[in-house]
This record gives sequence, structure tokens and C-alpha cells, in this order.
Amino acid sequence: MNPQLLWLIPILPFAGFLINGTVGRKLPRAAVSAIALLFTAAPAVIVAMLWNYMKFGNGPLTFSAVSRPWIAVSGFQVNFAFTVDHLTLIMLAVITGVGFLIHLYSVGYMAHEDGFWRFFAYLNLFMFFMLVLVLSSSFLLLFVGWEGVGLASYLLIGFYFTKDSAANAGKKAFVVNRIGDFGFLLAMFLLLAHFGSLDFNSVFTQISATPLTGGFLTAIALLLVVGATGKSAQIPLYIWLPDAMEGPTPVSALIHAATMVTAGIYMVARCHVLFDKSPTALMVVAVIGAATALMAATIGMVQHDIKRVLAYSTVSQLGYMFLACGVGAYSAAIFHLMTHAFFKALLFLAAGSVIHALSGEQDMRVMGGLWRKIPVTFGTMTMGVLAIAGIPIWAGFFSKDEILYQAFISDNPLAKLLWLVGLITAGLTSFYMFRLWFKTFFGAPRFEEHGHSHDLHAAHGAAIHARHDTKLVLEAEPEPAHGHAHGVHESPWIMTLPLIILAILATVGGWVGVPLAFGGHNEFEHFLEPVFSSAAVTPEHVSFRGAEPILAVVSIAVAVLGFLIAYFCYYRKPGTAGAFAQKFKPLYSLLDHKYWVDEIYGTVIVTPLLAFSRFFLGYFVDTGLVQGTGGSLTAGTRSFAWLVRRVQSGNIRSYAGWLALGAAAVIAVVVFGLHPHLR
Amino acid sequence: MNLDHSILTLILLAPLVGAGVLALIPERAGNKIHAIGALIVTLVTLGLTLHLPWHFNYAAARGSFQFDQNCPWIASPAIRYHLGVDGLSMWLVVLAGFLAPIGVLASWNAVKERTKLFYTLFLLQQVAMLGIFLALDLFLYYGFWELSLVPMTLLIATFGRTENRRKAAIKFFLYAFIPSAILLVAMLWLYARTGTFDLPTLQALAAQHAISTNHTALWLCSLAFLAAFAVKVPIFPLHGWLSDAVQEAPTAAVMVLAGKLGLYSILRFSFGIFPEQSRHIAPWLIALGAIGIAYGALLALIQTDLKKLAAFSTLSHVSFIVLGIFTFTTMGIDGGVYQILNESLVGAALFVLLGLLYERYGTYDIRDYGGLATKHPWMVTMFVITTLAAVGLPMLNGFVGEFLILSGAMQSVFSYHIFWTVVGTTGVIFGAAYMLWMIQRIFYGKLGLRSEEVKGWDLCAREHVELWPLAILFLVMGLASPVWMQAIDSYGAAAANRPVAVEAVNIEPASSEPHNNLTLPCAQKTPCNQAGAFVDPSLAAAAVNKPAPPVNKGAQY
Repeated sequence: MNPQLLWLIPILPFAGFLINGTVGRKLPRAAVSAIALLFTAAPAVIVAMLWNYMKFGNGPLTFSAVSRPWIAVSGFQVNFAFTVDHLTLIMLAVITGVGFLIHLYSVGYMAHEDGFWRFFAYLNLFMFFMLVLVLSSSFLLLFVGWEGVGLASYLLIGFYFTKDSAANAGKKAFVVNRIGDFGFLLAMFLLLAHFGSLDFNSVFTQISATPLTGGFLTAIALLLVVGATGKSAQIPLYIWLPDAMEGPTPVSALIHAATMVTAGIYMVARCHVLFDKSPTALMVVAVIGAATALMAATIGMVQHDIKRVLAYSTVSQLGYMFLACGVGAYSAAIFHLMTHAFFKALLFLAAGSVIHALSGEQDMRVMGGLWRKIPVTFGTMTMGVLAIAGIPIWAGFFSKDEILYQAFISDNPLAKLLWLVGLITAGLTSFYMFRLWFKTFFGAPRFEEHGHSHDLHAAHGAAIHARHDTKLVLEAEPEPAHGHAHGVHESPWIMTLPLIILAILATVGGWVGVPLAFGGHNEFEHFLEPVFSSAAVTPEHVSFRGAEPILAVVSIAVAVLGFLIAYFCYYRKPGTAGAFAQKFKPLYSLLDHKYWVDEIYGTVIVTPLLAFSRFFLGYFVDTGLVQGTGGSLTAGTRSFAWLVRRVQSGNIRSYAGWLALGAAAVIAVVVFGLHPHLR
Repeated sequence: MNLDHSILTLILLAPLVGAGVLALIPERAGNKIHAIGALIVTLVTLGLTLHLPWHFNYAAARGSFQFDQNCPWIASPAIRYHLGVDGLSMWLVVLAGFLAPIGVLASWNAVKERTKLFYTLFLLQQVAMLGIFLALDLFLYYGFWELSLVPMTLLIATFGRTENRRKAAIKFFLYAFIPSAILLVAMLWLYARTGTFDLPTLQALAAQHAISTNHTALWLCSLAFLAAFAVKVPIFPLHGWLSDAVQEAPTAAVMVLAGKLGLYSILRFSFGIFPEQSRHIAPWLIALGAIGIAYGALLALIQTDLKKLAAFSTLSHVSFIVLGIFTFTTMGIDGGVYQILNESLVGAALFVLLGLLYERYGTYDIRDYGGLATKHPWMVTMFVITTLAAVGLPMLNGFVGEFLILSGAMQSVFSYHIFWTVVGTTGVIFGAAYMLWMIQRIFYGKLGLRSEEVKGWDLCAREHVELWPLAILFLVMGLASPVWMQAIDSYGAAAANRPVAVEAVNIEPASSEPHNNLTLPCAQKTPCNQAGAFVDPSLAAAAVNKPAPPVNKGAQY
């Protein structure tokens, strides 16, 4: 296979972006979508060829292409260079596969939107950057993709830019990501200063060779973690992701669930050589992951917006992946990354289908009873819910269980605690996902028909929110509407087809990683072994394998418990949750306000920073000192000139007076003052 | 005919002659003859400047000057008409040539009255700028340096936007002129010590520590140089004139107001004649650069006037360059010089775009805008591209420069460099914040007050022609930086490695090396950069036999 083909993988979507971005406005919608789909399908074909070439893991281990230099100065050079190894293969498959399905879905979903061409141009741009990110063989080129996907995310979150909330969310996402990039950049500067290169190969070889652990390696690793927390929405930088739901739903599925947000996990896994050298950094990663998983899950329990529930669940699942990286189980993290891409993309797209059916409504309080009206959406979403809840045979079960097991047996001093947090989170996940499922699809219909179903999604639910805001307190649900339900409709095939494919993947996707304990061979882990070889499982751990079935049973029990509680609260006795919320009002309020994190950041960081800039820097330093110094110099010169001008009065008598005064002064000085010095 | 030996003079003459001709053509209301004339002249100049990269010898010895033109002007005092370019100035000359036609196009409709005066001054400004980049004789250089003040002051005073224009012009003039007067004193002192105004000779002498043994005097002299340049850059906290001047100056003038002239002069003269002193003062300027980055960005964050916002953003961007060049690392200096180009292009695009908004809506108050994205889709596209280049998005030009600068800062040997790198890197966050917030407030959300009242129109063909070359350059310079870096690196690597007493203090052997190199025989043409000393042997030898004029290889005319 010709290595030059690698360049085509990202360049094709970029070509799609250029075409749609420049002339797309003038093209008919069919042409725009054809271009977008074509330039996404073609890379998928090349990726398939690549899999074939590398014989699904039995062929060559790496495959690279190097082109001319990008930056070259004396003593430092970075080339455009791509390398494909097994990790990249998996990422490529997920990105191009899921990416193509979501493009397909979008054709239907966005069919009635303005700015159709713009949407697909941005979507292709995203594909370009994401593919660069995973293909690159140096930190610097990875950073191109890293920032680029942030840009695409900014543009797509702010797609409905006439809405202030969307424009704000886009800006917030970019700026918060920039805080992460700040860490990433500093890490690169340190790497460059210490190793003289940013090439993965060269850096990691040097790191493996060094006997050091910790020290500046920890500093670099922690700075990279800062970057990863920004991109992968972990504590403390997760705040942008829930707001990112302002973007169109396919965007949430592609960027904010399946691909972009996993970039941080990919990066940590890619740098595992570095992280393995720094127990401190790994500990931080594990703790951040576990804490984020739990925190986001608790917030997810009380959200009403269907997309926000999914957003917090994404944050929570990414926490699992972080946790896995933190305990050194990189292949488990990537496994979960893959299954998560399937089921979370599915859940988002299905949610989009629900929203589409309800003409833009996103509030679960005014849904209900939909399963009969949109059966395909219901069926596929059920697969997704089962997968994320960790019910056996569905994909999420295997990957999540692998993470919990790896956390349990890890060397980490907090191993058992991390496992417990993960387990609790699993229960919460099961609860809030079934809550979503019951509230959306079961019970009495609570929605009102919008006679016309072609409202812009942009105007989603604004009217309903305004109408119900006073009534919709806590978990209470409005009275069943007496509407007639013929406006609610199943989505067209172009949207349901991707749903069905993803539902199949969400079901069987986990079977590639069935552990030995369940009679599988864990092919997934073996596949990634060449990449993560240094993090191989030690014999001691293997002896622990006996614990795996027991732990699995525990987590299944927890998942079922979550289901039962949701079943009881939202199906059998729908009032229970409301009463419960009423009873623990402070706790509920804490969760409902997302622990007030946004508000705290606002008052502790943003407002003081702006006040400091305005008052101290603006008024005191700039107006006062900088301008003031210049001003007072001018004023001083001016007043001195004014004084001196008095002397030149043009009056002969005053001149005579000055002359006399001056003569007197000279005489006085000569006689008394400076006399000794004059000698 | 081989142009190589007269090209630099031609580059200078083209706008000068153009200015003279334009001044002779009478002005009639509503006719565009001066604008068209200026456009032709600037395009011709651009064409001439493009000769340089085409015929530049990239393999030449580091630090040598090419397209050299050297003839006596005044016998006593020894003032020569000496022009030449090296890796540092070559692309800056092209940059000046490139920005001029864009400036003319940007003024096409914006300047309606007194067009003769406007375009004549504009071309004179162009002459001064090119002269600064080309002159290698201190006296000649000083002439151009002072000349650059006059047209700019008049442009601000005559074509300023508000009643405040005269005050802003005087402020600009005084800020720039007073330190320049001290600069003249320092130059005369140098002449009194060495008997030459010739820069290469002075550089060679400086490398030999042969200018003067009086350290205090040398120090004061270097400070006089640095202060004059620092005000012009401006380096924080000497930026008092900037926001007023930026607010008043017409678009074409504001594009060349800050940054390149001062920064180039620091690199050429401060670093060239006072390598030791520059290194000694570097930690302070690194600190000022890093502070300036954050300071400018934070102040840009709170502005409500678009021009003021752009002024502070300019301050932040030039501070990046200051940080980079004073790290005295190859990456820092290369990145700094590259960033001079980027900053000028991005700044030009930004000011052109703001000018377009002003032409349509007559205000720079950001609160009057909003929701323009639906009205002007092309304009928002160009704004977003410019913004992305300004915030250093990888694949666009700003990233290459910023990355090299900050890596250079991390690698530099001066104290607290890690701290200042971190401070400088915060600019990445704040930069994104103020630029994106600006975009949001102009283009997103609901229609604002002015944007609803006034009809406005999207980019016209002329405006497309102004902006697309810039946008394409952002991308090309972001992807193919080696094209430019090749020449720049020949300067940067030499400037970073120039051996001076700073190193001699720490590392004993290094101090003797430059002297060894300087004693090489004239005939030996090996570039002496093995030990980092880059000085051309023939020049160095000539310098020893002062005050004989340098026997220069390219001086045939």
C-alpha cells in the first residue's frame, strides 16, 4: 500500500470543507450533502484498506508517511508526518465509521435548516482536524488537530449564532479549551527544552531510556493532563460540555460524545510511556477520572433537558476512561472509548430523532408515551440505554466492567476506593438512563402538538419553557396534554438507518473484548498490546483473574438496582421522585444547580479578573501611570514655560528689575555662597 | 541587465518618484486619479521588492549583506550611501511592499478629500519605511527614521477621525521624536569613537570589543538606542501614544504604525552594535514582553471601542515579539522575526476590516453592533479567519511564530525564564477570549442599534481583493513556514549565537574564540560560524584598518 494514501485520509474531508465552504451557498442541498458524504465516505474506504493492509493486527505494526518540513529552524524541525499503529487504527475506524453515519443522519436532521451548506462544511472541517489528530506522529501536529477540533466545535456550537446562548456556549467552549491548551503548550515547551524534539518516537525512546521517574516528567505529564481535562471535559474544566449542547444534535453526537472529547484520553494513552514514569501524574488522572465520573452522574440524575442528561453522562463516561488511564489500563480505556462512541452516538442521534419528532422539544417533562409513535427510535435507543447501563451482552458492560476490574486490581493505593466510586457511578448511570428512557417513552403523553413539524430546531422549546416555567418545579410533571398526536412522526430512513447500524454496534461492539473469565479471548487487549506493551499485565495480576466474575456480578446487580429504582420512581409511581426531591430540597437544589460550579467560577475567577483589568490595569496603571507620566511631563513643561514666559514681559522696567535682581544674586553668590568652592 | 546591484535603490526611488509625480497632479473633487496613481506606484514597488526573495542567495554566509550598494555620499564626516539586505530585512522589505497596495485600496473610498496630500504622504511614509529596512549607514538610517515620523504625524493630524486628532498627532510625534534626539546623540558619540557610521564595520568592531573601553558610556549609548526603538515598538510601559494614535489614524496609516520599524531597529542596531549590553538587559525585556502580552490582552478584554481594542491587541502581539527576540535563542529570534511579518499581516487585515465596518456604520463603539453575521456573511468569514490567525490557531501563520517564541523563552538561559514563559503563554487564553468576544459582540446575537438602523452591504469586489491575499497568506505562511524561515534563520541563528562577554563571564573558553576567528586572513572565505561567530572575515579585517572604508565584495556600480 502506498504510504502517500495516508495524506488523503484527512485531506479529502478538507477538500469537502473547501468546496462547501466557498461555493456551497449557491449549490442545491442535494449537492451539498452529496459532497459532504462523498468526502467522508472516501476516507472510510481508505481506512478499511489500511485495516486490510495491516491484516487486522497480524500484519505490519506501524505504517508511516513523512513529508516536507512544517517548521524548520536551526536545531529544530517538525515534519508533516503521519504514523498509523494499532491504536490509531481503532481511532480511525471509529472516527470515519461513526463520522460517516452521523453525516448521513445529518442530511435528514438538518434538511429544513438554514445554513445547510455551512453545517456540512464545518462538519467536514471537523473530520479533517480529528483525523490529523489521531494520525500525527508528533506532539506539534497532534496539537494542530487538537486546536482544530476545538475550532470546529466552536463553529458548530455557535451554529445558531443569532441565539445569544449558542454564541456564548461556543465562546465558552473555545476559551475553556484554551485553558487546557495552555497546559498542553507548556508541556510541549518543556518537552522540547529537555528532549530537543517533539516527535513521538524520539521523545518516548528517550523517556524509556531515562532511569528517572517523577521530577520534570511529572511536571510535563501534569501539564498534559491539564490539556486533557480541557478537551475531554474533566474536572475542573468540564463546564463547557453541557453548554455545548446548544449545537445541533448531530454535532453533539459526533463531536461532544463520540470523537472530539475522547481526544484527551487518546492523548494520555498515546503518552503512556511518559505517564508510566510518573506515579503522581497517574494518581492525579485516576482521581480526576473517578471524581468526574461520580460528580457528573449525580448532576445527570436531575436534568430535564434530554440532551443535557446525555451531556453529563458523556462527562461521566469520559471520567471512566480517565480512571482507566490512571490505573494504567490504557487498552481498557480505549475499549471503552470505542464502545462509548457507538452507544453514545446512538443515544444522541436517537435523542435527536425524538427532538425532531417533537419539533424541537428537548424537555423530558413534556414528553412521555412516545414508544408507540416512534418505534424505531424507541427500539434503537433502548439498545443504547442497555449498553450504557452495563447490562450484560451489550457493549458497555464489557468495557465498563474491564475498567472497574482493572481499577480493583491496580497497584494504586486508592484502588479499592476508585473501584467503589466507579461502581456507585455505574448504579447512578443505570438509574438516570432508565429515568430518561421512562420519562421519554412511557407514561402519559405530556407534549402538545405543534401542527407544523418543520420548526427550526433553533427555536427549540423556547415557547414551552416560557409557558411552563412557573409550573415545572422540581420533578413535577405537567398534566397530560389532551392533544391529538398526529404531528409526532417517525424520522425518515436516512436518519433511522444510522440509528439501526449504531444499535447493532452498541449491542455486539463489546464482544471483541470479552475477557477470559467469560470464555472470551479479550482480542481487543491483544490487538493493542504492541502499543501498550510496557504496560503489560504482570503475572501477579493474572492470578487475580478469579475475582473478575464476582466483581462482574456485583456491577450487574448495581445496574439492575438502578433500573429498578428508575422503574419505581418514574413508571410505577411517577410522583415518587417529586416527593423525594421535595423532602431533600437542599440536596436536590445542589444537584439541580450543578453544584454551583459555573457560578463559583464566575465570582471567583471571571468577575475579579475583569474587575482587575478594568480598575487596576485600566484606570490605575494605564490611565494613571502610563498616560499620566506622559501627561504630567507635558504639564510640567507647560507650567515651567508659563513661569519663564513671565520674565519676557516686554516691559523695560521689569527687565531692569530682573537685571538688578540677577546682578544682586551673582554678587551675593560670589561674595558669600560659593566662595570657598570657587578656588 | 543584472538588477542585483541597483535593485535596492530602485525600490526606494519608485515610491519617491511616485510621491513627487502625485504632488504635481492637480486635485479635482471626486476624481480618483491620485488613488489610481498611488496604486500603480505601490504595485510597481511590490514587483520590485519581489526581486529580492527571487534572487536572494540563501546559502550565503550568515550575517552577510546582499544586493549591496555602497558609495560615498559625504567625504567628511564619513557618510556613505550604503544599502543592503540580509535574512532579517529581506522579507520585511517585501512586507512593506505588500502592505502598501492594500493600504491604498483600503483608503479608496475612505479618503474622499485632499486625496493629493493623503497619497503623497502615504508614499513618503513608504519611502521612509523601506529606507529604514535598507539603510546600512547609521546616518542614512537616521534620516529615514526621522522621515518616517513626519508623514505619519501629518496623516494623523489631517485625516484623523475625531476632534482629538491634532492632540494624538502631537503626542505621537513627541513620544517618537524626543528619544530619537537622544538616539542621534548616541550615534554621534559612536562616530566620535570609531570614525564610521557604517553598520557592518561597527558590528565587527563591537564583536572585537573595540568601540570603546568606557563601559558606562557604552551602556548609556546602548540605552539611548534601545529607548528610541522601544518607544516606537512600543514596549510596555512606553505605549502611551499607541491607543490615541491608533484611534485617530486612517486605516492605511495605522497598518504600519506599530511594530516592525522599532523591532527591526532593535534587531539590527541594538543587537548588532551592542550585543553584550543587549544580553545584559535581556532579562528585563523578557519580563516586559511577558507582562505586555498579558497586559495588552487583559486591557483589550474590557474595551468597548473597537480601535482601542485593536490597539491593545497590537500591544499584546508586539510584546510576543519582544519576548521572543530577547530570549537570544535561535527559536526565539526566528520566531520573533517571523512574528513581525505575521503581526503586520494580521494587524493589517484586522484594521482593514474594522475600517470597513466604520465605512458602513460610522462607529467604532462595539455596543452599537451585533447580529451582523446574517447581513454580511463574507465579512464575518474574513473576520473569523483573521481572528483565528491572531489567536494563533495552528496551520495559520500566528501559531508558528508564537510557538517558536514561547519555546525559545522556555529554552533561554536567563533567570526566571520559566516564570515569564508561563506568563506569556497566558496570552493564548486571554487572546482567544477578547478576540472571540469581539466577534460575538459584532456579529452574533440579535441586531444591535446601528446595525439595525443602517443598511450596510457585504464585501464588494475591491474589498475582496484587499482581503483575500492576506487570508491566503495566513494559511500559506502557517503551512509552509520554511519558505520564509530559510532566510530568517540565517539571521536568527547568527544573532542568537553571537559570542559576547555574557558568555565569557560564565564560560571561559568562549571568550577567546571570536578573536581567533577575527584574525583569519582576508582571503579565507570560510564563514566563521563554527564557534558561533558569524562576522565576515573581510569586514572584520577592514574594521581593524579603520578608518579606511570597508572593502566590500559587492560594491560594484
